[in-house]
Amino acid sequence: MFELKFNQDLCYHCNTQACLTKCKFMDIDNATAKNEILKIVRGEDSFVLHECVTCYACEEYCPYGNHPFYLIVERQEALGITPQPLPLVKRAINIGIPFRGEPEINEINGPVINLGAFSQLKNKIQGKLFDGLSIISSDERKMFHYFCQLMYLHYGKISLIKERLPNVISTITKHKPAEVICFHDECYGAYTLFCNAYGISVPFRPVHLFEYLFSRLIKLRDLIKPINIKVAYQRPCSSRLCPDKHLYVNRIFELIGAVLVKRQFSDENALCCGLTIQGQKKEGSRKRALEIQRKNIEDIEMAGAEVCVFNCPACFDTLSIKLKERNIIPTFMSDLCRISIGEISFNDIKMSG
Amino acid sequence: MDSIYNALCDIVDKEYCSNLPEEIYIYSYDLGTAEPKKPDYVVSPRTVEEIQKIVLLARDKNIPLVPLGGGLSLAGLAIPQKGGIVIDLKRMDSIIEVNERARYAVIECGVSQGQLISYLKKHHPNLTHSEPGAPPAATVAGNIIIHGQGDLAHPYGFSSDMVLGLEVVLPSGDIIRIGSCALGSGWFTIHPLPDIGLFLGWCGTTGIITKLSIKLFPAKKIRGTGTFVVEDEELIPEIIYKITHTQIPEDIIVYSRAIPPFAKGLHHITVNLAADSEKELEFKQELIWDDTLGEYIKNDLGGYLGFTKELERPQISKTSDYKKGGGFEYVGGIMPIDTYPQCYIRGREISEKHDIPYTVTARIIGLAHSMMFAWTYAFNRADEETIKKAREALYETDELVIELGGVIWKPGIYGQRLVMDRLHPGTKNLMKKIKTIIDPLGIMNPGNWELL
Repeated sequence: MFELKFNQDLCYHCNTQACLTKCKFMDIDNATAKNEILKIVRGEDSFVLHECVTCYACEEYCPYGNHPFYLIVERQEALGITPQPLPLVKRAINIGIPFRGEPEINEINGPVINLGAFSQLKNKIQGKLFDGLSIISSDERKMFHYFCQLMYLHYGKISLIKERLPNVISTITKHKPAEVICFHDECYGAYTLFCNAYGISVPFRPVHLFEYLFSRLIKLRDLIKPINIKVAYQRPCSSRLCPDKHLYVNRIFELIGAVLVKRQFSDENALCCGLTIQGQKKEGSRKRALEIQRKNIEDIEMAGAEVCVFNCPACFDTLSIKLKERNIIPTFMSDLCRISIGEISFNDIKMSG
Repeated sequence: MDSIYNALCDIVDKEYCSNLPEEIYIYSYDLGTAEPKKPDYVVSPRTVEEIQKIVLLARDKNIPLVPLGGGLSLAGLAIPQKGGIVIDLKRMDSIIEVNERARYAVIECGVSQGQLISYLKKHHPNLTHSEPGAPPAATVAGNIIIHGQGDLAHPYGFSSDMVLGLEVVLPSGDIIRIGSCALGSGWFTIHPLPDIGLFLGWCGTTGIITKLSIKLFPAKKIRGTGTFVVEDEELIPEIIYKITHTQIPEDIIVYSRAIPPFAKGLHHITVNLAADSEKELEFKQELIWDDTLGEYIKNDLGGYLGFTKELERPQISKTSDYKKGGGFEYVGGIMPIDTYPQCYIRGREISEKHDIPYTVTARIIGLAHSMMFAWTYAFNRADEETIKKAREALYETDELVIELGGVIWKPGIYGQRLVMDRLHPGTKNLMKKIKTIIDPLGIMNPGNWELL
């Protein structure tokens, strides 16, 4: 089984304890943080293992890239501490089981876009931005063969990821892709940083969707007309796994003339959408999730955003109705980019959002 | 020339009457596993007077008469077992009255679920009816006649409990009315006159219901569905008891199924909540998810999956995709809630025995007074072997319902025989007498509820 590349000396000698002191969901001072992270390193129980809302953010906070979040999940699993109640854990485990036969493998020998477990969102990869790309995982019945499995970080089931992910990588590899643009940044995080942390071999080149969109927009620059729409960005937990790609949000917005509103809860300070939190075992989790969502959406509204842009379909599903109730239009980044090159109108995203 | 055909054409115009093989073929089967039987004629009247004339013709010629609504019972209840005339009632589709303040609707028997939903949404957005989750083409009357249940079954019971008045054409050709409408008053109550419970649950064997009045209920501004997941089936009766104690939900459904895998071995309890404000909604959510079910979450026995501001209809029909060929049929049992664990375990066993992915669904009726537990079996319409397996599974399930102390809901012929074999002799005798008096020639939907 694959082992986490974790350097415990970095934690022993760390003076920041940023992994825990920066946590937005636990109030921890430096001394406590040091004590608790070292307990976790030693494999002992810690209140952190019970309180963690699994927002992934400590992966970004760690100044050494030492994977504190993966370690937390490893320890949760080893000590039998599941953040979610067991029936939801079982349900989640079952979700990732492919059940409608084997996928059709066609050799592509070119760039592909992988929809992962979101085949139903094919309409989000239309038009000139995606010209020349082949799609894999376009069939909803077969999409779990392409499911990156990282969702199990929310369920204290890292062993399941290690067990299933190599098969998923193998399936994608059979398509012989030149490079794989990942529709969801959780997939990108899986095939890059996660696999690297566990020494899992990835024989193809993963590309983050936003990096891809940025490069396509550069090529289509002549078509771009500034959209002048005030936008907010809902940063998903999975973005914390590949924080180096987060800068493409700003780059894209600048390129298409979207006005990114100034918010309290953005970038490193972003709030979780609440989907995972609402079902957690800890007492009051449902209300806690509602409160986080309220703060998040009020922040978006007060900043004057007309549109809230998503990368994660789960965040989109969780927040879109609440946003619409406040006349804020939820949309995906690709659709926003398509407005800038004149393929769709602002009204179109208003209707489809 | 065919004199019966000509007589029917005289009543309804030949455009609405047929004895052509390609047209009567359509009326020879339903979407379930029942063996097809061809009628001799199909007729589609538009008025109660036309229906009356057709009944008189059938009586005079001693021809079987099978009333048909949407034809979606799946149990073969409108398959003409002994040929004769199928009387297709879909043209009887007027919504005659909606009384906003007294919350009732008077409709003709061919009004479809989709039609009534759409009409209320457009003209009476504050009102709704108990919608069964059937295809939109299913008729409102059909659901009521078979004692169906809709998405307000938890607070208000069976759809047939919501009837406020009936107009019926008897096998004699007489037209009768039941309820306040019988006094020429409005159609607002079925009580307090002497009870004439002769037409609901009889599958059209005692007469043809032509008009009916049904209760409508407040349609709150926000209606949505929350889901709670449990692994241990033994907990379901207790959890349902606790949820229904709150008297808050509009609808409670429990399902488990082999496909998709997320639902396998787990029980999803969906709870519909309605509110006119966020404040009201959160009050209700807190009572259900936190106060009532919080202990199960804390003890790792159940999990809250979230709440969506959209109504999720039970979609048993999705099961039809499990095997190629798109067929499915289910046995519904009206069961005591306490039997849930046995219904689930035994249902899985029957499914596995017949190589069919299991699908079970329970809808709570009343304050946990009973549930409609549905065992669904998929089959390939083009594969006789899978149809045979599904049919065997259905028969075994009919017997299971009886064994577990339940009552088979909308039983097909096989299930009807099981029920009649066990029926209290006095009850059976009275039913025979009623049938003999009302339909002495036995022309109404023969083959169904045959007690003689």
